[in-house]
Amino acid sequence: MRVRLLDHAIDVATLIAEVGDDSCGASAVFLGRVRDVNDGRAVSGIEYSAYRAMAEREMETIASEARDSFGVERLIVEHRLGTLGLGDVSVAVVVAHAHRAPALDACRYVIEQLKQRVPIWKLEHYADGTREWVGASTRPANSEMRTDAPVSR
Amino acid sequence: MTVTVLLFASYADALGKSAIELDVQPGSTVRDLLGKLASMPGGHRLPPRPLVAVNEEYANLHDELRGGEEVAVIPPVAGG
Repeated sequence: MRVRLLDHAIDVATLIAEVGDDSCGASAVFLGRVRDVNDGRAVSGIEYSAYRAMAEREMETIASEARDSFGVERLIVEHRLGTLGLGDVSVAVVVAHAHRAPALDACRYVIEQLKQRVPIWKLEHYADGTREWVGASTRPANSEMRTDAPVSR
Repeated sequence: MTVTVLLFASYADALGKSAIELDVQPGSTVRDLLGKLASMPGGHRLPPRPLVAVNEEYANLHDELRGGEEVAVIPPVAGG
């Protein structure tokens, strides 16, 4: 089990080879990629930044939760930082297990929790030359957090 | 006593910097610190109750500061 923030491209094939062995009948893979449109606006790229120390810590916590909940030991999470172009892989969650159900369930759990809890931000670059932080609206800052997380009051 | 305040993403843009050393009174809370930030130039662009982490752990507004902490003010996260 390991997690990592990366400043260079995620090597998906290597991750898949690393995560499993002959005892694993299943490998589940989730890849997040930079999409060409968001909220109707043409996107040209995304700049990712993070509170690095805390982000890695939170990713480790989520991986541990997945291990405890689904019994998966073979799990790798990598997230890119820096400026990515269209189609680039921003995040990879790969899980291997003897059977598909725990692998798929753990994979889903990790990506959903990562999106809600890990302090990473996206600055979207649009085709018209403008840029905007994703999610930086006027709604309360904790509206996207899991409800059982300790939040500011 | 001083604490180091870290700002990220849209909040760093709002205040025009990503780290600030702030003097705080002994016994000050996270809420007091946010009040100080709000009164700084651009501070009005922060929400009234942002997420805060003290020394890399999510914190509550009434948590007391002892000095020397790293206090991060965390915008809505958007990883993935």
